[in-house]
Amino acid sequence: MTATTATAGLNRPGTWLRRRTGGLAPSGWAAVAVLAIVVLISFVGPYLIHTDPNAVDLSSAYYAPSAAHPFGQDASGRDILARLIFGGRTALIGPFLVVAASTVVGTVLALAAVWFGGWFDAVVVRVIDAIFAFPGLLLAILATALFGAGLPAAIVALSISYIPYIARVVRSAALRERSLPYVAALRVQGVRGSMISLRHILPNVASLIVANATLAFGFALIDLAALSFIGLGVQPPTADWGAMVGQGMAGILQQQPAESIYASVLIVITVGAANLLGDRLTERSEARA
Amino acid sequence: MSALLEVEGLNVHLPVDGSLRRVLHDVSFTLEAGKALGLVGESGSGKSMTVRTIARLLPQGAKVDGHIRFDGTDVFDLRSEALRRYRSGDVSMIFQDPRSHTNPVRRIGDFLTEAMRINGKVPAREASRRAIDLLAEVGIHDGERRMRQYPHELSGGLLQRVMIAASVAVRPRLILADEPTTALDVTTQAEVMGILGRLQREYGMAMLFITHDLELAAASCDETIVLYAGGIVERQQSKRLHDDPLHPYTAALVQARPDIDHTTGRLPAIPGNPTSAYEAPDGCAFAPRCRFAQDRCRQAFPPLLTIDGIGASRCLRTDELRGTLLAGATTEEVTQ
Repeated sequence: MTATTATAGLNRPGTWLRRRTGGLAPSGWAAVAVLAIVVLISFVGPYLIHTDPNAVDLSSAYYAPSAAHPFGQDASGRDILARLIFGGRTALIGPFLVVAASTVVGTVLALAAVWFGGWFDAVVVRVIDAIFAFPGLLLAILATALFGAGLPAAIVALSISYIPYIARVVRSAALRERSLPYVAALRVQGVRGSMISLRHILPNVASLIVANATLAFGFALIDLAALSFIGLGVQPPTADWGAMVGQGMAGILQQQPAESIYASVLIVITVGAANLLGDRLTERSEARA
Repeated sequence: MSALLEVEGLNVHLPVDGSLRRVLHDVSFTLEAGKALGLVGESGSGKSMTVRTIARLLPQGAKVDGHIRFDGTDVFDLRSEALRRYRSGDVSMIFQDPRSHTNPVRRIGDFLTEAMRINGKVPAREASRRAIDLLAEVGIHDGERRMRQYPHELSGGLLQRVMIAASVAVRPRLILADEPTTALDVTTQAEVMGILGRLQREYGMAMLFITHDLELAAASCDETIVLYAGGIVERQQSKRLHDDPLHPYTAALVQARPDIDHTTGRLPAIPGNPTSAYEAPDGCAFAPRCRFAQDRCRQAFPPLLTIDGIGASRCLRTDELRGTLLAGATTEEVTQ
């Protein structure tokens, strides 16, 4: 009864945010800020600017920055700033879909493998290892060769090849969690395995999942940008950072590197921030485990 | 009244480093509805394994022989859905360490209402109202606030009461209490035992109570079983156990306790170390430490002898030694 008063304060409503986000290092918060700005510009920006990113004006190819075109114009005279903003949307949605799909599938697969154990677990582990053996980019190139160049095939292929990254981490964490006494206590209460997995084990490994999904987001962005760079991903004239780096290559030879450089810098900043945040989140979840 | 729980010839082996090791050796007992039965023994004597086997909570690869019948049905014949119903409705378990047996990221309210909502199909609002009533039953009167708290915000005694509330929530017919008070301090222990005993009698639940505290078993159970090295050595009415033990091991345990009425120098100890079931010798497991042991004790595993109207003992010399076990041991033991 004495513990009543001492611990009562922990339940103040105002501490919810702190409880959920506590323990994140300052560099992690910086990464959050950078990502928030990138996402905001990419998704709100297109509604704020009135320049058509696909408006071709061959007479003003490679024009230097001006009041109307602050970042200059590309080989076809299109506004680089507008293309960077619209391209951000494409560049971010792709990896987001990849991460969402592979995280959901990987997590469910891992939780099921841990719960059922035995031969099912063995099969899942082997399949995961087999997928691991294929470089994701190679699988994506194969998929685009089979189903035609474009974002959808690349996203599906990358989603599959990213499943192991999530599934492995979730499996090992869930395995540890499953052996804890509280799981035995739930089983003896007659709680279904699916319930224990989803309502008890999953929340306890959630922080690890978020951390790894964040890391995977950075890798997926690079992979998709690389695919678009070699022309197998996003197809012209749709604006995309990876595609812009590729299209800007011609300009580099003509002393006009602006388009490639701007797009590259945005990719580096976004991926760097995602990796940094992913690392900080991993450290945080490990500190708690 | 027919027995609610019948355990018959239970042998359990667990895989350790690739080989099977014996953890339970010919455990048989019955428990009638509404009665409390104590399981007493040293660490590693098989108390928890017995209870875990009844709840079907054995690790993978365990080998089980014998029968456990609950209300006439063999527990090992239960398959998925029937097993779930058996665990959720018929038996419930209270663990030694409430802290590690609750999910740290779920609130007390979720913990208490979970079983009701998924097994009894009780709507959430009704479930939480009942949970608050249950908390009041176990002496927690600010239930509404407790429901919103996390396990780490409660003291050990408080959390164990929550565990008790959760385990009686579905009105099970059998409660398996695995050292429910060992992790608590002595004053809290008395409170928790009081609550558990009262609920057990009020709801007419049978209870299998594990402890290594003979006094506690005597105070809260009708009958007590003493386990040694994975096997039952004695079964008797709790109140007789102290005055008239049937087995030399029980007698030695009784003598090893301090007595508040007398001052003693050194307490008589049992020579040697407790053995595990798998390293127990052929014959009587206690023979190497027993001052009454004879050659025939070491030859074959002795049967559990029933003594009509009193209990049972796994000692070949039970009849011969009866009444003399407690006499004269003190001096002999101290000199060793």
